[in-house]
Amino acid sequence: MDATPNRFAEQAARALADEKLQSALALACERLCEQRARAFAQFPEGDALRDRARRIKRETLADLDGQLELLSRRVEERGGVVHWAADAHQARQIILGIVRGCGGRRVVKGKSMTSEEIGLNAALSDAGIEAVETDLGEYIVQLAGETPSHIIVPAIHKTVGDVAELFRREHGETHGADHGSLTQEARERLREKFLSADVGITGVNFAVAQTGSVAIVENEGNIRLCTSLPRCHIALMGMEKVIPDLPALSVFLRILARSATGQKMSSYVSLLTGPRRDDEEDGPEQFHLVVLDNGRSRLLADPVLREALACIRCGACLNACPVYRHAGGHAYGWVYPGPIGSVIDPSLLGPGRARPLPFASSLCGACRDVCPLRIDLPRLLRAQRERVVAESPSPGARLLAWAYGRVMSSPTGYRLASRAAYWLTRPLARAGRIRRLPGLGGWTRYRDLPAPARQTFRERWERRHG
Amino acid sequence: MDSVALFVTCLVDQLYPRVGEAAVELLEQAGCRVEFPSRQTCCGQPLANMGHAAQASSLMRRFVEIFERYPAVVTPSGSCASMTRGLALELFEHEPEWRSRLAGLGERTFELSEFLAARDFRPRRRFEGRVAYHPSCHLLRELHVDGAPRELLARVEGLELVELDDGERCCGFGGAFSVKLPALSAAIMEDKLDALERSGADFVTAADVGCLMHLGGALTRRGSRVRTLHIAELLAGTGEPRRAM
Repeated sequence: MDATPNRFAEQAARALADEKLQSALALACERLCEQRARAFAQFPEGDALRDRARRIKRETLADLDGQLELLSRRVEERGGVVHWAADAHQARQIILGIVRGCGGRRVVKGKSMTSEEIGLNAALSDAGIEAVETDLGEYIVQLAGETPSHIIVPAIHKTVGDVAELFRREHGETHGADHGSLTQEARERLREKFLSADVGITGVNFAVAQTGSVAIVENEGNIRLCTSLPRCHIALMGMEKVIPDLPALSVFLRILARSATGQKMSSYVSLLTGPRRDDEEDGPEQFHLVVLDNGRSRLLADPVLREALACIRCGACLNACPVYRHAGGHAYGWVYPGPIGSVIDPSLLGPGRARPLPFASSLCGACRDVCPLRIDLPRLLRAQRERVVAESPSPGARLLAWAYGRVMSSPTGYRLASRAAYWLTRPLARAGRIRRLPGLGGWTRYRDLPAPARQTFRERWERRHG
Repeated sequence: MDSVALFVTCLVDQLYPRVGEAAVELLEQAGCRVEFPSRQTCCGQPLANMGHAAQASSLMRRFVEIFERYPAVVTPSGSCASMTRGLALELFEHEPEWRSRLAGLGERTFELSEFLAARDFRPRRRFEGRVAYHPSCHLLRELHVDGAPRELLARVEGLELVELDDGERCCGFGGAFSVKLPALSAAIMEDKLDALERSGADFVTAADVGCLMHLGGALTRRGSRVRTLHIAELLAGTGEPRRAM
């Protein structure tokens, strides 16, 4: 059965039972966290830049319409075409239309979570268009018939051994089973795809309104090929990816790679402005920018959740999250996992479609500490929980909360409930511990519960003080 | 003599009254007159965390009414202190009067170890053993209190502090999280238990009984020799080490 956010607990249980996955995740997250910590430790201006980035995002989101209009005008002045997509369906239709319009049969793609969000690969393949992922991690995931399990490390759930086995199965003969040989092998396979592709589709890290440029960061060089070899380049962006100008870009670039992988800067930064001009030797003949809403307006309209639109998709909150480290990305059942996914997925997907996700957190706050934009993720998780509870058709949780509120509002109610808890659990307690408690079976499956005290603190206090 | 109100918290009141008594003893040793407002119940944090803001804010209003007459409020819980000091402010976004009353109370509300360290408290009793300090998430990342409990522990004669690998990582408790997603909570906890056993600690201590209840319940289940003690018991020297959390 396909993964869905509403079956988070089941999907996480499957991940917990997979020992190989557990150790792959622990290792990779640990390494990414250490690299990030080291990068910021050697970067004294990091904290000030994070504050600046946060301010820029807040101002941009406050004038999002204006910034997007400016971006659109500038892109068109430079010969590009801008398309507006209200939802995933519309975005797919627009992109299919562009690909067909230029007679495209083969598409090469640079890693784009937004294209995963709209389910683009399936739509292209249904239309008889071959779409090849060219980021190594994403290529692996596509070859395996899976989806990415991390925003920036799509194949984080796979070991080198898994990849070697996959390549052997899918490619036939192979060069070898080490990192270098596997990379070389993928590179050779991809080279021919690049040379024969009609269209390149990429995501966008930042869209610079003032210049009409899109900035894309990567480490492998594949995106540069996707954007320069095919005759047509389609860039797909969530509407929150716009930033005002190039000075702002320099702020974001300095914190993005450090947060994501601990690099000072990613190996490639492409700043693309419109299609090839007459006096230029390379670049695509057509440049299309697709701007996607797909539920982002719902976030924008929410005075608290709006803050989540400041996210620059570095993945640092995933690496730091104790829940992500054990559940892995696939358990979340949709494209954006981890703390940020748990905040935005319910809004992007719409009511009822990702109810458990905001609860997939101990609210430990490790995510907020590493977020380059200092997004208050625990607060947003609480806010999203509130929205989910309010929209929930079943009144169970609300009734329980109401009852808890009533009991706790009265000292007498509190005392009665406390004594009831003592007497009801008394038959189950041995040496002050309860090994199984009906109703809290999940808790006692893994740990003992202390039995309520025979005399509460307040009873002891009252006895002492009369 | 300074008067302080003790906010004992539900878990301590119901499950660990001896932690409350240790807190009283420490506060008295620190020269305070301790009062116990008898109408206190819960600050509402479990409700706020589970998305029931309306019910949470009504408990928080009640909390403010009960405690705001006292010059200082002390609680043996980083998590409950963080509710009053910051988390609950978001409940009153549209109620400026309550927001400012809560903010005023928040300025006078302290987690126990923080309060004692600010008064340069010197623990009176010895404690023999190797102790790992587990910084609970809300104390560490909401209140940014970390030095105070460590300083106090370092002042206890006979006590040897040991560090945990990835010491600042969550233990997996998370209140209702541990009930709602028990398998994940337990998996995160296992990492912490392994770190504890690797550290060679005899005891693990923290400023929150929630984490200790969760870790202690698993340590006894594992048959581990590591035992749990709240920092108040450890500083007061009143712990009953044989009875684990």
